[in-house]
Amino acid sequence: MKIAIIGNYATQFFHKSLLRKLKKNHSDIQMYQSEFNTIDIELLDIHSGLFQFEPDYIIWHESTLGLRDTFYQSITENRVEFALNYQARIEGYLNTISINLPGTKVIFPNHGINFDDKVFGNFSLKVESSWMFQRNKINTSINQLALQFSNFYPMESQPSTNELVVTDYSMVVNAELHFSPDYLDWLSESVLKTIEAFRGQFKKCIILDLDNTLWGGIIGDDGLENIHIGTLGIGKAFTRLQKWLKELKNRGIILAVCSKNNEDIAKSAFEQHPEMVLKLEDIAVFMANWNSKADNINQIQKILNIGFDSMVFIDDNPAEREIVRTHIPKILVPELPLDPADYLPFLISQNIFETVSYSNNDSERTRQYQEESKRVAFSQSITNMDDYLLSLNMRAVISNFQSFDIERIAQLSQRSNQFNLRTKRYSIQDIENIMNNENYLTFSVHLHDKFGSYGLISMVIVKIEENTAFIDTWIMSCRVLKRTVEHLLMNLIVSKLIERKIDIIKGEYLPTDKNMLVEHLLSELAMDKLDEHNYQLKISKYIPLKHFINY
Amino acid sequence: MDIKIEDLSPIFCEVLENDDLLITESTVAADVPEWDSLNHIYLVVAIEKQFKVKFTTHQIQSWKCVGDILTDLNK
Repeated sequence: MKIAIIGNYATQFFHKSLLRKLKKNHSDIQMYQSEFNTIDIELLDIHSGLFQFEPDYIIWHESTLGLRDTFYQSITENRVEFALNYQARIEGYLNTISINLPGTKVIFPNHGINFDDKVFGNFSLKVESSWMFQRNKINTSINQLALQFSNFYPMESQPSTNELVVTDYSMVVNAELHFSPDYLDWLSESVLKTIEAFRGQFKKCIILDLDNTLWGGIIGDDGLENIHIGTLGIGKAFTRLQKWLKELKNRGIILAVCSKNNEDIAKSAFEQHPEMVLKLEDIAVFMANWNSKADNINQIQKILNIGFDSMVFIDDNPAEREIVRTHIPKILVPELPLDPADYLPFLISQNIFETVSYSNNDSERTRQYQEESKRVAFSQSITNMDDYLLSLNMRAVISNFQSFDIERIAQLSQRSNQFNLRTKRYSIQDIENIMNNENYLTFSVHLHDKFGSYGLISMVIVKIEENTAFIDTWIMSCRVLKRTVEHLLMNLIVSKLIERKIDIIKGEYLPTDKNMLVEHLLSELAMDKLDEHNYQLKISKYIPLKHFINY
Repeated sequence: MDIKIEDLSPIFCEVLENDDLLITESTVAADVPEWDSLNHIYLVVAIEKQFKVKFTTHQIQSWKCVGDILTDLNK
């Protein structure tokens, strides 16, 4: 992984802090740091060290204090144009980067830190040529550029807690260090989360305790009407937390419940209490019983089929938190503050749910997992697998990548860790490039069955190199394992290759610590094993594989 | 305050990542290879945090040796 840092202040501390954090989880880090205050020099010359380094990520950090100095240097008549000129400058560089470093992602902490100079006092927001007016305008233009450039990822630079000293002015004077080491540590953590999200490491599910976590009091002892939610007691704290959780659910984070409770009583709050924000249909998996929480979380993991490292467990009880942490070390268990009023601000300050993509499809996820619970129940009543698959009445829509699917396709490549043959991550921009390149065959699969729709569940990218084809990417959602989707896809790939008069297809399995599931995929697809990870198939020898899907 | 060289020593060892480092009041940055301008800032931050003090810009610039830091700390 190659990361470049460019900035208009002494960036060594930021560099050091980020490198230390990256090294904890990655061994293949190369970093490039531009000389002091050389952003323009690096970006104007496409033969500069930055462009030659060919980074995967550019972290472009402009100090707002430095920007203010630039503003002061500009002549008064030009100041109303300051933000416009700034926008043109950034836009020009982003164009250069898009053209010359097409796969590079630009991470840009915005000018979210105030640095109000009070030259006009509060009146500055009515003076177009004031620093504060222009600074606000710059942040708006950065938002605009984010919509315009798919490789441009601005991020909030203002910490959500006020406890951090952002700038130590003595350090500014002595060392051109515009940010305190503590702030840069916070910022590097924030940048790290974005990079990890690009690499497929992010949280997908939040598992919630009920009593004193989602509402105040103990429903089994106090009764439905006495739990603190809404206007009763300290209920407002919990209402606000629930509203936030609902927003997360609407964004696509899966909500699950894990509580020591009688199931009927626990569910009655969701079904009957008028002031509950969360309803039963918001919860993908509901586990209320007297088993150990670690056992219940294991059950939830089996149903959702996602890694423990993508789950978060929220519980007010320190003993329960410790048990879960001990038994399931990979799950994130935040140390909640004592006062329920602080739960939400605390969780927000942790920035747990970082992501690098969003599509409307995400909000469908809860419904899909609820359908999955029904399928699990149905499959237990049928003993013969073929009969079961037939009875599902599966229907697939398979096509090459379509523009309306791009976001979802990029997201699938970023989210999938298990059924992922080579774990190559693609951004929206990468996918667009592939779609426009005739040396690639692409396949996307939407699947539905009699219980409902799974949405987009699989993507395959085949690269054509002269007379051979190579499987660059094969990803499938684990929700449709063992449905013979991969067999159908292989049949279609082979027929496309026959049309193109290509007789050899090669494949490679790149093992990670999460994709053991596809270790034997290529053998199962009738390919011959050449060595430990490489496979090959002569198309003319291929016998179509059996499947149970209409298309 | 009565802060001694022995109280400063562990901070220097930790920040400069050198457990064998021996500093005296007359030690200057040039004597210690790891003591560069970057680590100098880390030293200032670490000393300020440890002793809950805040140095002025002028103080930081006027230091010539470890003894000067001690003098300012004990003011």
